[in-house]
Amino acid sequence: MEFAFTEREEMLRKAVREFAESEIPPKMEKMEETGEFPVELMKPMAQVGITGIITPPEFGGVGMGYLARNIVLEELGRVCAAFPMSMQVHHMACAALSDFGTDEQKKKYLPPLAAGETFGTVGVTDPAGGSDVIGMKCTAELKGDTYIINGRKCFITNSHLSDFWIMVAKTGEGAKGLSAFIIDKGTPGAKLGRKENKFGLRGANTGEWVFDNCEVPKKNLLGAEGQGLTVGLKTISETGRTGMAAVGLGILQAVYEEAAKFANERVLYGKPIATLQAIQFHMAEIYTQLDICRLLNYRVNWMKDQNMRCDTETSMAKYYTCNAAVEAAKKAIEIHGSYGIMREYAIQRLFRDAMVTVPAGGTAEIAKAGIGRTALAPFKK
Amino acid sequence: MNRIIVCVKPVPDPKHWDKVSMDPETKTLKREGIPLILNPLDKHALEAALVLRESHGGEVVLLSMAPPFAQPLIREGLAMGADRAVLLSDRVFAGSDSLATAEILAAGCRWIGDYDVILCGNQSIDGSTAQICSQLAEMLNIPNVMHVIGLEGSSGDNLVITQKIESGSVTLSSGFPIVLSVRKELNKPRYIPFTGILAAESKEITIVSNEDVRVDPERIGLSGSPTKMAGMDVRKFERKRERLEGTVDEIVKKLVERIYQCGVIEC
Repeated sequence: MEFAFTEREEMLRKAVREFAESEIPPKMEKMEETGEFPVELMKPMAQVGITGIITPPEFGGVGMGYLARNIVLEELGRVCAAFPMSMQVHHMACAALSDFGTDEQKKKYLPPLAAGETFGTVGVTDPAGGSDVIGMKCTAELKGDTYIINGRKCFITNSHLSDFWIMVAKTGEGAKGLSAFIIDKGTPGAKLGRKENKFGLRGANTGEWVFDNCEVPKKNLLGAEGQGLTVGLKTISETGRTGMAAVGLGILQAVYEEAAKFANERVLYGKPIATLQAIQFHMAEIYTQLDICRLLNYRVNWMKDQNMRCDTETSMAKYYTCNAAVEAAKKAIEIHGSYGIMREYAIQRLFRDAMVTVPAGGTAEIAKAGIGRTALAPFKK
Repeated sequence: MNRIIVCVKPVPDPKHWDKVSMDPETKTLKREGIPLILNPLDKHALEAALVLRESHGGEVVLLSMAPPFAQPLIREGLAMGADRAVLLSDRVFAGSDSLATAEILAAGCRWIGDYDVILCGNQSIDGSTAQICSQLAEMLNIPNVMHVIGLEGSSGDNLVITQKIESGSVTLSSGFPIVLSVRKELNKPRYIPFTGILAAESKEITIVSNEDVRVDPERIGLSGSPTKMAGMDVRKFERKRERLEGTVDEIVKKLVERIYQCGVIEC
C-alpha cells in the first residue's frame, strides 16, 4: 500500500496553490458582497488546466484523472470554497458528456468547457424531486423529432453562467422513465429563473431554469431515451459527490490552518491559548478529522481512476467530509471566541461555506441510506 | 536565436524564514528542513526566456548549482516550459560564495555552449548579494545588463533592453551573447500549466559534476571562497516601553510632549 503522492501530484498541488493564493483573494470580497462568480478568471483557470482536468486531451483537456482533480479542488477550496464548488459542477458536465455523449456532442461541447469559454452545469433537481429523483415533475414529451420540455429545475450551480445546460426530465414512468438532454442557451422556451441568495459559498452562482414548451431536437438527448437516471446518478455519484467532498476537504484544511494560527497568536493568561489543554483537544479533533477525510477522499478518487466501482465510497467521503468541515468550523469558532463570528475573520465564512456543502450533491441521509444497504448486504438472509 | 540559458537557484521558502537559523561555526545559513522554492526573480528570468523563444525560437536550458535533491524544484522550471536542465552538483561545490558560484556557473555555461542570452534574476532572496550575474558575465567575457525591466528581440541578432536606473530608465540595444539580470517589473511569470507538469516528466535533467566542468578546486567550495564572514549576531526587536506617572492631566501633557519629541507630530 502506497500512501505518498507522486512528484507529479506534489507539483500539481504546488501549482494550484500558487494560482489560488495569487488570483483568488483579490476577488473574494466582491464575491461575498454580490454572490457573483468572477467569470474573468475562467480563462486563466483554463490556461492552467483547472477547467479541463478530467477531460481527455483529444477534446482539449488535460486528462489527469480524479485524484488530480481532488487535489485541484481541495487547493482551490483551501482559499475560497466557492471556486471548487463552481468547478466541480463544471467537471460534472465534462464527465456526463465524456461518459454518455456522442462523438458529435463531445466535439461540440467538451472543447469550450476545457478552454473555459463557458461553464459546465447539470440540473437534475426540480422542486418536486431532489433526493427523490424519480419523483421529478419536469417532463419531456416526444413529438416527431422534437422533445417538448415543461417544468423547472432548481438549486443549479452555474445556472446563469453556461452556454448550454445538461438536464434530466421525465419521458416515461419509473426508473427508466427519465432522459437526459443538452439544451443550448437561447433555445425557445428555455428561460433562466431566479438567482438564489445563499448564506454560504456566496461566489458560486446558484439558480433556476424554467422550461415552457421548450423544443429540443432529438439529437440533443444525452445517452439513450430512458437512460436519464443512469446519466444523473453516475454523474452525481462519481463526479458530483467526489467534487463536493473535495470542496469540504479544502474548507477543512482552511479551518485547521485558521484555528492553529489563531491559537498560537492569541495570548490569554500571559501565554498563547495553544498552550491550554482545552484548545489542544479541539485542535487534536480538527486535525484527526482532517486526516480521516483526506484518506477517504484520496482513496475514493484513486478507486475512480482505477475504474473501480466506488458509489458507496463516494457517499462515505461526501457525507463524512462535509459534516466534518461543519463540526471543525464550529470548534474553530469556539477557539476564536467572539472573534470567530466577526466578518473580518475568515472562520465565519468557512463555517457558512461548510454548511452549504451538507445538502449539496445529496444529503447525508441519502448518502447513509446507500452506505447502510452496502453495510448490511453481506449478512442479508 | 540558438540557446538561452536561465540560471535558477533553489532558496528557502520565505513562508518558513522564521525557522531559518545561522550555523555559528560556518556562519552560513542552516537550511535543513526548510522547504525550498525557485528564487522568485529567476521565474521572471525564465518567463522572459520563454517569451524570447516564442518569438525567436531556440532552446531554453535551465542551469542550477544545487544538490541532487533539488531536482523536483528544477523540474518545476521544466514544467513552466524550459526544454531541458543542467544541474551542477558536486560535494566540492558546497560552501561556495558568490565569486566561486559564478566560477562554477560560468563553467556550466561553457559546458552547455552555444548560448546567445544568459538570463538570471537580479538577486536571490536568501543571499541577496546581486553579484553573481556581473561576475558570471566577466568570467565569460561578455556584457551584462542588470535591472532589466523591458526586453524585446527586435530581430534575430539584436535585443532592445530597458534598464531601470535611479531616476527612470534607459533603453539599450545589444547583440549576443549577453547576460541579463531581470527585475520583477519585467513580466508576470506564467503559472505552471498542468500539461507542462506532464511534459516535464520526459524532459532531461543532466547532472554535471566538477569532473565534467573542471573548475580549479582552489577557486570553489568553502576553502576557495574569498568571502569570509567576520562575525554575526542576532538582532532583537523589542517595543520601547515607558511609564508616565502623575495625574491624568499631567500624563496627557507628558504624552503629547513625548509624541512631539519622537517626531510623530511636528510643531
